Amino acid sequence: MKIGVFVCHCGSNIGGTVDAARVAEASREFPDVVFTSDTMYACSEPGQDGIIQAIKDNQLDGVVVSSCTPRMHEPTFRRTVERAGLNRFMFEMANIREHVSWIGKDKEANTNKAIELTGIAVEKLRRDQPLFAKQFDINKRVLVIGGGVAGIQAALDCADGDREVVLVERESTIGGKMAKLDKTFPTVDCSSCILGPKMVDVAQHPKIQLYAMAEVEEIGGYVGNYEVKIRRKAPYVNWDLCTGCGLCMEKCPSKKSTDRFNEQVGSTTAINIPFPQAIPKKAVIDPKFCIKLTKGKCGICAKICPTKAIVFDQREEIISESVGAIVAATGYDLFDISKYGEYGGGRLPDVITGLQYERLLSASGPTGGHVKRPSDGKEPKTIVFVQCVGSRDKSVDRPYCSGFCCMYTAKQAILTKDHIPDSSSYVFYMDIRSPGKMYDEFTRRAMEEYGTQYVRGRVSMIYPQGDKLMVRGADTLMGTQVEVEADLVVLAAGAEAAVGAPQLAEKLRISYDKYGFFMESHPKLRPVETNTAGVYLAGSCQGPKDIPASVAQGSAAAAKVLALFAKDKLENDPMISLVDMKRCVGCGKCVRVCPFGAIKEIDVRGEPKAEVIETVCQGCGLCTATCPQGAIQLSHFTDNQILAEVNALCQL
Amino acid sequence: MSTYAYYPGCSGLGTSQEYESSTRAVCRALGVKLVDIPDWSCCGSTPAHTVDHLLSSALAARNLALAEDLDAAAVITPCPSCLTNLKVAVHRMSDREFRMQVNKLLDKPVDRSTPVKSVLQVLAEDVGPETVAEMLPHKPLAGLKVAPYYGCIMNRPPEVMQFDDHENPMAMDNLMAALGAEVLPFPLKVECCGASYGVARKDIVAKLSGKLLQAAEDLGAHAVVTACPLCQMNLDLRQGQASSAAGHKFQLPVFYYTQLIGLALGVPQSELGLSKLCVNPRLALDAMHAVQAEKREQEAKKEAAKQIHKAKAA
Repeated sequence: MKIGVFVCHCGSNIGGTVDAARVAEASREFPDVVFTSDTMYACSEPGQDGIIQAIKDNQLDGVVVSSCTPRMHEPTFRRTVERAGLNRFMFEMANIREHVSWIGKDKEANTNKAIELTGIAVEKLRRDQPLFAKQFDINKRVLVIGGGVAGIQAALDCADGDREVVLVERESTIGGKMAKLDKTFPTVDCSSCILGPKMVDVAQHPKIQLYAMAEVEEIGGYVGNYEVKIRRKAPYVNWDLCTGCGLCMEKCPSKKSTDRFNEQVGSTTAINIPFPQAIPKKAVIDPKFCIKLTKGKCGICAKICPTKAIVFDQREEIISESVGAIVAATGYDLFDISKYGEYGGGRLPDVITGLQYERLLSASGPTGGHVKRPSDGKEPKTIVFVQCVGSRDKSVDRPYCSGFCCMYTAKQAILTKDHIPDSSSYVFYMDIRSPGKMYDEFTRRAMEEYGTQYVRGRVSMIYPQGDKLMVRGADTLMGTQVEVEADLVVLAAGAEAAVGAPQLAEKLRISYDKYGFFMESHPKLRPVETNTAGVYLAGSCQGPKDIPASVAQGSAAAAKVLALFAKDKLENDPMISLVDMKRCVGCGKCVRVCPFGAIKEIDVRGEPKAEVIETVCQGCGLCTATCPQGAIQLSHFTDNQILAEVNALCQL
Repeated sequence: MSTYAYYPGCSGLGTSQEYESSTRAVCRALGVKLVDIPDWSCCGSTPAHTVDHLLSSALAARNLALAEDLDAAAVITPCPSCLTNLKVAVHRMSDREFRMQVNKLLDKPVDRSTPVKSVLQVLAEDVGPETVAEMLPHKPLAGLKVAPYYGCIMNRPPEVMQFDDHENPMAMDNLMAALGAEVLPFPLKVECCGASYGVARKDIVAKLSGKLLQAAEDLGAHAVVTACPLCQMNLDLRQGQASSAAGHKFQLPVFYYTQLIGLALGVPQSELGLSKLCVNPRLALDAMHAVQAEKREQEAKKEAAKQIHKAKAA
């Protein structure tokens, strides 16, 4: 075997504290090494050309590059050796930057360590085998989970790219949080007017199959070939027959049902269409409040329905769908304001969340767009907005900034003045965070044109006095305590991960942070990818986001899906586990430990044996560590290769 | 019912004798067995912990060590200030080093960690308002409108006190409701009354206590109910000062919650100590009796109407 070693200076990154030339020279002593050189930037075009030239001139069989972390440039150099005609797995990398030059200043010691790491890489390379990827077909359908604005955007973009889309939504209508908003910042245009057409497009697009009132139950398979089970809950209405006429809602005698769409401002009928622009515009029965379903009597809706669509004995069903890629767009939920006992949220009826206030402002809301406070229906004249409730507060385990609350509070203050011209609004804030296009101008408008009083400080206590709410807080700019007598208090509740987000992440086999937000593959360079191939993220499920950012991410995720689907076949990663049938005793431990379901038990002449499904295996190596017989080996990381590295280190 | 090691606190022997005697009487009536901690000493009160945490904890811990021999379910005290000192000492001594320093100062070291509770917590959790309500089917305090006031330290800081909701406590509310009283949603339950500023800055106490009295009066309360000797003193003894600061004469009796429970249970006047209150408790009790009499009259009228109706029908 003929091996070439290339030692990179990485400018002064490595060269500053490692004598790269000496590393190259010392490497010449390692077995099978026939060529060494040191180079200023191995990853640069001349650097790569130098490697290719050396391979050709010296008929090298394999290459070691001693430079940075393989996370950075392993793919780069694999392509380089491939261009020179070698198999891409006849390449090893020694990390002498992150593991050596960046962490120590002693040049002598660093140089010795760099030599040792290079020696290890050479020993591994001596046992490397050419590996070849297998090709498999892609199912070019995509599953989008969540029908908020991010999911809608991703679904429409994929469908416009001529791909079939399966869109799953937990609620009975798509639209998500944006459908609940009255207006949007900073343009103050009507939220449902700009979202509504997109929702209709989803309903009418021939490439989109929408499952509302449905949740993802189970996900199997791998990139290109996912098998998804979807649980479709029973609306107790045959949606094929329901025309959305709403007669049933008018006559339903049970009027105390939880009004989820209106954020529980007031209540609604047990049979319900959430809002006029709902997609699909179909009625749903709330079984907890339906008199027929709880007490067995009533059935007025069934009598009145012109299309006889009511089905009281409807059951939920499980639907199977095969897709090649998945976009998670499950959004966020609001922080529970009752966790701040001193604010009285949940206890005092006139202390409400920002989203509840949106419903009071909305013309399609429970008050028809007239701002009336929940306790007595009076029009409030003094409104206090409290920002950062469940945001930037370690004491409630929400240290992160929810990002959009400063903006929606400013918007609500502006809208309040439009609705009630003789009202006055106060905003208690920590800092104003409005770094977006036309955003800061917008918050200034709330202060300067609309006369909103911005008070910099936290609110310590809200308590009722007569029919008023006393809001006590600090004005840290004036250095005084302030008390405002308010008619209505709106808490800008922060965003937190959607209910059930961690459970969905487990099903998708993607990571999530300690707050339940899904983890992207790289915070800067791979913002919509996950560490599971074929699973992408859009919108607030990855972290709090406003509408423009969510839409942008929805489109970005769709672009990633379309790029994936542009190929007809995918290649698997050949660094996977393989079973040595002769050694396997069929104990089944590997089958149980595999997190991907990639190992199955087969029967070989009456004996149980393990077999790896090559396209499913992700090469994590759990099975190889578990196998008591050493019968499963991970290609490119075999026991022999790892032991050779250890031996090399011990002998040096 | 278990036995409790009882720590009366200094004010129980002085300014709040009526709290002390009514507490003992109510515990007896409800089957809560109290055993006094032998040779108990002052917890250090506010002066100790403002000077030295170690000294303050040692003063409190001395009593905890003495209580260990009683083999009681918990050390309990009626006074929130004593409670805070005892609980903070326990909390600090969960640090091994601090515990060793404290024990060095004591003749008898603290070995075990006996739970510390307020009498209110025992009555609210170990006895429970349901039991009290069962004992009083006739709801003797029906018609009495009360504003329960817990003070600022009974429940806070929550990680130390570990009792009830620290922003909206309900223990006393529920006990008062069990007596039949009409419990008003008092919004300033945990607001400060001014505490010991009554000595140094009378004006602050007059303002803060006045605010509490005003809020109770606005709700239509007949009386304020407290669980703290210092709160009671500020609201009751200094009600005149609060009145002159507010420019409005308050006339709100301020009871200890144990006095009202005792009254409902029929504890003798000598132990209730109602005569020790500054604002005449009769103002509240008369209002209550008036409501009760009115209700009886209405019922009698209804009954009479029924009789007449029956007679006519016959």
